[in-house]
Amino acid sequence: MEKQATRDAYGKALAELGELHQDVVVLDADLSKSTKTADFAKAFPERFINAGIAEQNMIGMAAGLAASGKVVFASSFAMFAAGRAFEIVRNSLAYTRLNVKICATHAGITVGEDGGSHQSVEDIALMRSLPNMTVEVPADGSSARLALHALYDRPGPAYLRLGRPSVPTIYPADMDYEIGRAIELRSGKDATLIGCGIMVARCLEAAEQLSRQGIELSVVDMHTIKPLDEEMIIRKARETGAILTAEEHSIIGGLGSAVCETVCAHYPVPVFRMGLNDVFGQSGSPEELMQYYGLTTDKIMENIQLLLKTK
Amino acid sequence: MKEINDLALQTVQEKAKLLRQDIIRMLGQSGSGHTGGSLSAADIVACLYFWEMNVDAANPGWEDRDRFVLSKGHGAPVLYAALAEKGFFPREQLATLRKLGSPLQGHPDMRKLSGVEASTGSLGQGISWAVGMAMAARLDNRNHRIYTLLGDGELEEGLVWEAVMAAGYHHLDQLLAIVDYNGLQIDGRLSDVMSPEPIADKFRAFNWNVLEIDGHDCRQIMEAFNAARQIKGAPTAIVAHTVKGKGCSFMENRVEWHGTAPNQEQMEKARVELGK
Ligand SMILES: Cc1ncc(C[n+]2csc(CCOP(=O)(O)OP(=O)(O)O)c2C)c(N)n1
Ligand SMILES: [Mg+2]
Repeated sequence: MEKQATRDAYGKALAELGELHQDVVVLDADLSKSTKTADFAKAFPERFINAGIAEQNMIGMAAGLAASGKVVFASSFAMFAAGRAFEIVRNSLAYTRLNVKICATHAGITVGEDGGSHQSVEDIALMRSLPNMTVEVPADGSSARLALHALYDRPGPAYLRLGRPSVPTIYPADMDYEIGRAIELRSGKDATLIGCGIMVARCLEAAEQLSRQGIELSVVDMHTIKPLDEEMIIRKARETGAILTAEEHSIIGGLGSAVCETVCAHYPVPVFRMGLNDVFGQSGSPEELMQYYGLTTDKIMENIQLLLKTK
Repeated sequence: MKEINDLALQTVQEKAKLLRQDIIRMLGQSGSGHTGGSLSAADIVACLYFWEMNVDAANPGWEDRDRFVLSKGHGAPVLYAALAEKGFFPREQLATLRKLGSPLQGHPDMRKLSGVEASTGSLGQGISWAVGMAMAARLDNRNHRIYTLLGDGELEEGLVWEAVMAAGYHHLDQLLAIVDYNGLQIDGRLSDVMSPEPIADKFRAFNWNVLEIDGHDCRQIMEAFNAARQIKGAPTAIVAHTVKGKGCSFMENRVEWHGTAPNQEQMEKARVELGK
């Protein structure tokens, strides 16, 4: 199976965008080798600005550049881009609808050994709570690349959440990708798995294994958390009567919460939320941590059995 | 004024060597972590823990202890090596650095490890804690001192200068900030990324007392600590000129050693240079 980190796909796609569009300007905060904006910096040094270790100023400068007609892509680790700079994102980007794309890498616990201080498990919640903000969480390299191109074509502030480790490539390079339209990867009647990011591949695997035991699941890649594809959620709630959500993020405020809000308002069915259960991360290897916090294919299968009993 | 005699000097120099050996071993065993910035701070941290500061491993919560805040939290290995040598936890635990379940987290965690005064890792926040601790000491009429170590790249964070402004305004003379001035951050030299220089002038402008020293000369470090104790009415900043990766020739002044751990072969090479 082919693998690629979404941050690697982002770095390559950013250099493509730079080639295609003269108005693209890229900012980073002393992490360009890790966020992969270094590819762009090398190709277009005059349109790359290193803000230094100053994430708040990076977002403030991005607002000024965007107000002057630039299309700005600003990168750091999710902890610092969404966390450290939050109020500046809120007032300088979202409140103003400026055309800045925050492209945050090293999101979630798969940051690994750096530990809990660097593992952002609340960034989706923060960004989703902001009016005007688009929130994208691609599941693989192919969709990360297309998400970036789609974000260029969609004026306004956006948050692109990217990961550190390599993840299985699920999609062909020429897939159909539309912001705000979820992708139904598999159709089954017993329950629906809705995942984002690294969890989509695990949902698919769990569905395949359970299918051998006669349990037929639907699998949805909810790559856009905002604007949320409510139509898809309501239809799957109606068709399957139970939903399990899976995200590398707190169960508070992220994908699971968004799905619950939708089904509660429109078509109540039982929802099982998988994610970090209101705890911070810690040091460990990425895969050890995914095991420790129960974000595995096996755990999805286990939890589906519990969920089916409540139907 | 504490006397800097030959024995004291020899002791801190030996401790600095031990810290460097421990740093290399720990990082080699963990397979990831920040080597360059741990090594550049080894002499400063050795002088703090083995000469300057009053701390008691048997009584880590002692109210009159001096406090050290590692504002550049990614330098955790040098802090852990010093705390282990001081007896805050068994030396064997050093081998668990960055492993699942270890109290030795990738960045210092005050809720997991005895002797750690502040949970740091997000740059810029530690010095704010140190300012708060100096305020508390003054409120309680206590004479202990607060020490904090910053990276030079870390000085690019706006929060650092908010803290520096507050400490100058409040005349916090129990506070001492040390800058590990190694000239490198992650993306390159400070001067090629986004330089915070001139550093000493900035602290002076915020009403701090400033000393500039060679951060690998233990006598100079100890003299600066002595001098800082005499200053009343203002916080002191020590701008310590250092070499990132100091002690391992193949790591010295090389930006790629910021966040890379040595492999087996490199560990051996380092061991030859550092002794033991
Ligand atoms: C707020 C914040 N932004 C970014 C980082 C990522 N980071 C870790 S170390 C580092 C470079 C630090 O350079 P410097 O302060 O000079 O440290 P040293 O050279 O002593 O290692 C960066 C950008 C971080 N830990 N915290
Ligand atoms: Mg430095």
